[in-house]
Amino acid sequence: MSRIRNDYENSLWCRLVRWVNGETNPFAGKMEMEPLRETEVVGDSVFNPDRLDKEKVEQYVEDMGRNKEMKAFRILYNLASVSLCLLLIAVLLLAVSWMPVLGDPNGPNNNEVSRRYVEQGMEESGAVNMVTNMILSYRGFDTFGETCVLFIAATCVIVLLRKNEEEIENARETDWKYEPKPDAILQKITLILVPVIFLYGAYIILNGHLSPGGGFSGGAMMGAGLILYVTTFGFHKTQRFFNEKTYDAVKVGALSLYSITMIYYFYTGANEIQNRIPLGTPGDILSSGMILPINIFVGLEVACTMYAFFALFRRGGM
Amino acid sequence: MSFVQNFPCFSIVLCMAAGILSTPMKGKHARYVTLAAVTLVSFMSLWTLWHVMSAGSSFVYTMGRFPAPWGNEIRAGVLEALMASVFSLVMLFSLIGGMDHIFRNIDDTKINLYFILVDLLLSSLLAIIYTNDLFTGYVFVEINTIAACGMIMIRRSGRSLIAATRYMVMSLIGSGLFLIGLAMLYDITGHLLMENAHAVMTELVYAGEYSIPLLVIISFITVGLAIKSGLYPFHSWMPDAYGYSTISSSSILSSLVSKSYIILLIKIFYRVIGFDNIVNSKIVNVLFVFGLIGMVMGSVSAIMAKDIYKMIAYSSVAQIGYVYMGIGLATEAGMVAAVFHILTHAVTKSLLFLSAKGLNDASGRKRVFTALQGAAFRSPLAGAAFLVGSLSMVGIPMLAGFISKLLFATAALGAGPKKVLVTLIVLAVSTILNAVYFLHTVVRIYTPVEIPKEYEHVHVHVSVGVAFALLWLIFLNFAMGMMSQPITDLIQTGIGMFA
Repeated sequence: MSRIRNDYENSLWCRLVRWVNGETNPFAGKMEMEPLRETEVVGDSVFNPDRLDKEKVEQYVEDMGRNKEMKAFRILYNLASVSLCLLLIAVLLLAVSWMPVLGDPNGPNNNEVSRRYVEQGMEESGAVNMVTNMILSYRGFDTFGETCVLFIAATCVIVLLRKNEEEIENARETDWKYEPKPDAILQKITLILVPVIFLYGAYIILNGHLSPGGGFSGGAMMGAGLILYVTTFGFHKTQRFFNEKTYDAVKVGALSLYSITMIYYFYTGANEIQNRIPLGTPGDILSSGMILPINIFVGLEVACTMYAFFALFRRGGM
Repeated sequence: MSFVQNFPCFSIVLCMAAGILSTPMKGKHARYVTLAAVTLVSFMSLWTLWHVMSAGSSFVYTMGRFPAPWGNEIRAGVLEALMASVFSLVMLFSLIGGMDHIFRNIDDTKINLYFILVDLLLSSLLAIIYTNDLFTGYVFVEINTIAACGMIMIRRSGRSLIAATRYMVMSLIGSGLFLIGLAMLYDITGHLLMENAHAVMTELVYAGEYSIPLLVIISFITVGLAIKSGLYPFHSWMPDAYGYSTISSSSILSSLVSKSYIILLIKIFYRVIGFDNIVNSKIVNVLFVFGLIGMVMGSVSAIMAKDIYKMIAYSSVAQIGYVYMGIGLATEAGMVAAVFHILTHAVTKSLLFLSAKGLNDASGRKRVFTALQGAAFRSPLAGAAFLVGSLSMVGIPMLAGFISKLLFATAALGAGPKKVLVTLIVLAVSTILNAVYFLHTVVRIYTPVEIPKEYEHVHVHVSVGVAFALLWLIFLNFAMGMMSQPITDLIQTGIGMFA
């Protein structure tokens, strides 16, 4: 016969029900508690006394002089991370000592893959520069992905640093502090240097299939030229020929032409349709089929991205 | 070669093109471009799935004019096509269901950037799934990481920035280890294409050469990808990243991004290193142990969480633990269960995040549990969706989660004698813990409460998009629960095609 309990309040079931309903407070009766204080709004900022208390408590807890456990934990943590790194170094050194010797002619790297790149690269892809052949023709998909990495990195920087209308207005007001002073010597030298840098960048891009270099390195050089110009003459003068709209247009144009070229290359290659882009005579400036245009697209994209990084970090817009 | 075989390549490039074209657009227009691209990709992936199913064999697609050891390749078998279909569908529903919140949470000037990130993320997911080349895998892992990081930090608040930083640090450590592993792998095999690398690898193992570098390679690749997918001790970025980003991001990140690394890992296990060599290297036992710990610890943290998103995020930690436990069983049945659980988790977790957002909207945008009481009455569809998602995660029959737990238990019985008992016990414990926190939440949202004065007049409006997404995801959950046999058969054939 079951017995009627009169201490239902303290039973396990009742406590479970109250826990499910969220009525229990585990600290009730065990801690001195005071009700939350009202937040005050002073001008634009919100003053929240509880927040302040929390910060005080955190400061107290993180005060190394008082908190022995914290100090011990920090020391242990540093020791653990250093020893983990040392362990990793040891493992890697051990592994490397068992690896094949670098440059060994009989090593596993010198197989039919690199042999074909070196021996038949020129006649199959048309470029004299073997590295360009490899990255833009044999492994074109990887390089396409790599260009997209650059594109998405630029997008993420814009996400992080692009300012809205109001902030740009504010930035404009304080911008004179950072705008360069008109310095005659600097400006004269820049006027001489910038065209040379641009010309050299263009040379590296256009000769990517003939000599060391290509879109990535030449584009970085042209970007450096733009950055030099903007640091000497300021954003107002630069915006006359390069602003956000030009940036978008160049970037979208270059990348979409690049994707069209690539999809044509993939489609014709996989379906064994004859590729109608002529390879030309290796060594000529107009040769190597699609490698030259791709170098130009990549170069434009890289140059714009370099400049965009600078402009975004400098003032949050172009 | 039939035209369908172009579809994997087309869908990757289409996503990239959609991202590029969204650059100069306004957010409103970029939305349509992205939705159109994702829908098209879903259709193409389903069509590819149909093609490989009826052909009964996988196919290799040369990306360019040069065949296997020289040029890039992608490969589509049943498993790849199945994954691509489910992933693109889940992405579509996550986007449609979270569309209102994207426009509410993100600055107007940045909405088109969000869609660029989404497009490139999908292209990288597809490329990781389809790749037949190790370095292509790495390049797209990079895109995946950067895009995911951008999707976390685009919501401008201090917490999401901290979460993005944490995610970036963890993820880059993982990428670094993975890249070192790949470089060493190339050094001893001389190949980057999966099939050729596998052939050389088999010879090396047979001759007993380079055994120490091989062990280091296996552990670096495995640990790197495990860190990136958030296996238990490396999960600290998850709660913040899923809890404070916009809801589509949370849903996409938890159900797709962390899973893509696991798929790449499985692919490398089978197609490069060889599953027997992996089992002999004992690395699976490490994954097994950490998977088991993750299953319990994730659930315990979820019970202690005070806010509904963090609870769901910690539940993801537990589910990743399940997947690695399945891989760690080192049997084919375990692998099938793991892959099935990846699918289950993809359709369930996105459902849970979207419905939690609905409940949260119906409670004055408060996220703590006390504020959510009775939310299911204020927003019935979101409540029902959360109920279905919770029951599925707990493992109630007729829902997808039940099947994956059943598969795990069956697989455990076929594993080595040391693993049987501990797997079954931890599975049971973890299921009970799952039930504790999910059913606790379900009971709470279904507990009637007088509507507090401050949101008496709030009219909870469930938009057509949210309803569409929730109903589809509920349907997928039931479909996977009640028609599981064809899907497990597909996974089995797919894994068979790997070898």
